[in-house]
Amino acid sequence: MTETAFSSESAVDPSLMKVSNEVAIQISNMNKWYGEFHVLRNIDLTVYRGERIVICGPSGSGKSTLIRCINRLEEHQQGTITVDGTELTSDLKNIDTIRKEVGMCFQHFNLFPHLTILENCTLAPIWVRKIPRKEAEETAMHFLAKVKIPDQAHKYPGQLSGGQQQRVAIARSLCMKPRIMLFDEPTSALDPEMIKEVLDTMIELAQEGMTMLCVTHEMGFARQVANRVIFMDQGQIVEQNEPEEFFRNPKSDRTKLFLSQILGH
Amino acid sequence: MSDVHAQTVAYVAPSQIPPSPPPARERGAMKWFRANLFSSVSNGILTVIAILILAWSLPALIQWAFVDAVWEAGSLSECREIAAARGVEGSFACWAVINERFNQFLFGFYPEELYWRPILAFLLMFAAAAPVLFNQIPRQTLVGSALYPFVAYWLLWGGPVLPVVLAILGPVVGYAAFRGVEKAMEGDAGAAGMVAGALVTVLWWSFVPGLIDGGPGLAPVESARMGGFMLALIIGITGIAASLPFGILLALGRKSDLIFIKTLSVIFIEFIRGVPLITLLFVASSVLNYFFPPGTALDLILRVVIMATLFASAYMAEVIRGGLAALPSGQYEAADSLGLDYWKSMRLIILPQALKISIPGIVNTFIGLFKDTTLVSVIGLLDPVGIINPIRADSNWNGIVWEFYVFVGLFFWVFCFGMSRYSMYLERKLATDHR
Repeated sequence: MTETAFSSESAVDPSLMKVSNEVAIQISNMNKWYGEFHVLRNIDLTVYRGERIVICGPSGSGKSTLIRCINRLEEHQQGTITVDGTELTSDLKNIDTIRKEVGMCFQHFNLFPHLTILENCTLAPIWVRKIPRKEAEETAMHFLAKVKIPDQAHKYPGQLSGGQQQRVAIARSLCMKPRIMLFDEPTSALDPEMIKEVLDTMIELAQEGMTMLCVTHEMGFARQVANRVIFMDQGQIVEQNEPEEFFRNPKSDRTKLFLSQILGH
Repeated sequence: MSDVHAQTVAYVAPSQIPPSPPPARERGAMKWFRANLFSSVSNGILTVIAILILAWSLPALIQWAFVDAVWEAGSLSECREIAAARGVEGSFACWAVINERFNQFLFGFYPEELYWRPILAFLLMFAAAAPVLFNQIPRQTLVGSALYPFVAYWLLWGGPVLPVVLAILGPVVGYAAFRGVEKAMEGDAGAAGMVAGALVTVLWWSFVPGLIDGGPGLAPVESARMGGFMLALIIGITGIAASLPFGILLALGRKSDLIFIKTLSVIFIEFIRGVPLITLLFVASSVLNYFFPPGTALDLILRVVIMATLFASAYMAEVIRGGLAALPSGQYEAADSLGLDYWKSMRLIILPQALKISIPGIVNTFIGLFKDTTLVSVIGLLDPVGIINPIRADSNWNGIVWEFYVFVGLFFWVFCFGMSRYSMYLERKLATDHR
């Protein structure tokens, strides 16, 4: 695993330490099964507004499943999840309300290949938030400029590189002006040079105070930006701590084993 | 150990090699022949065999169809006299029958003085199809396309014009009902709105146009007089146009999580697919009227169109379901995570991609349906194959066999090939996901 070029001495930037007391996401005693398989066990997690959380762990630990439960791409069978004060149940109205406020970026970008970049970004604001087309296009160009690819607006996703596609995916989510952003291994499908451009975008987002939950293997990013690092294994949260404490003094043996393997080489 | 590394020479590229054009390909007929026809011994042998087969069959075919053929005559015996006078021995094509009976092939037994009506309807069909098939045409012309079915019906069957105008209002009223439900449910009408709109439209069509019986209009023509290519086009085009939306709904119903809708869709698809089209046509011609309230005898052609549409929809549903399954699940997830509800994500994201993937299968079903319209000859309608029998029954043309089938086959081939080429054009135009 290649580490991106972040100095291992850089602690979290003090200007990023600001976290409010307002609860953005509250997960209480959440359990999920796939058939007989108990994939998430007794998850208790509170995310405050402005917090940036990195979730790491071995494959199959349930990290992606956890964040997918937050915007109801997966259903939980037990426990409660409350996002922005709205409880996540099978009520479609609640789900739609929550999905408007929670943006998500996927490992495989999931851009719409039959639409141009601009249309990808304006689709949801026009059809979900009912914003007029002109205004939606201005917002889209603003966010495309922010992720540094305004000139690609009229191309199709198939004509862009992986890093550009992922940045478009981030811009597309931002166009809905969400209050929480979820990232499901956003850089895992990218080669090293493109990882940096995507991580830079995410760091900028963090500096503006966005609440972020990020499943990633990029430990340098975690050290630079995260308020909390959560380690999951076999469906439960094994350890969570501030990044420096987490990397320097892991408490659980399982965490120590994991860190030794990913930071070792 | 210097000899271990003896072959390794450190290398640094001195500069970036600039891109240059590829070498000019040697072209020429001989090169093409050698590459494509004689590239290996087995290919060469196959080429020689193919040439021999063509040399044996093609001249005989051209002789029969063009060189020895008789183009104008009054009867089969006259054909034979003309051919004998020319010194033709052996068989020849008596195209005179097609020449003589061309109108019957085209229009069946439609009154001759009213031929302008089906011709006009045919020309308008191209005008109505153009905005649907080609995006470059301004979108306002779609209104004309929407009106076309009613105009074409009135041109072909005649009758008073006021009921047709009332029928045009049907979907308008249905749309108003849809909007009403939308307003009542505060924004999202969903399935209830569509059902309401469809129900209101069907009820309107069932009762309102029937209220008016007279007034100005065109001379009416009964369905029994329609036949030939006109009939094939009526059944084929209506079936094609109607089976696509219905097939989409069935495919979505089959994928649905609502057990009631899913079961209904599965039963419908499996039943229709499991039964030959001929049996469905027999049902249409004999039994279907019993399912409707007494007194409403639906026209035979309408019943046939309904059956053909249902038949094609079942096949279409499975083709589209394949397209829906081929779509990566990430597309569904991305649409969901952006907050799009079911019908919006279907309309904007999923169906455009799924239909594009299914284009070969969809056009295949269309072509199959168009040719299947010849089955209506079994229930007495005079489609191009069915009209051969009355023509052959005429003592003038008794004994002609091949000319009819070659001609009808050519007609179908032209239309099916046209559909095929359009589908390739569409696939090329929609291939946006390749660099």
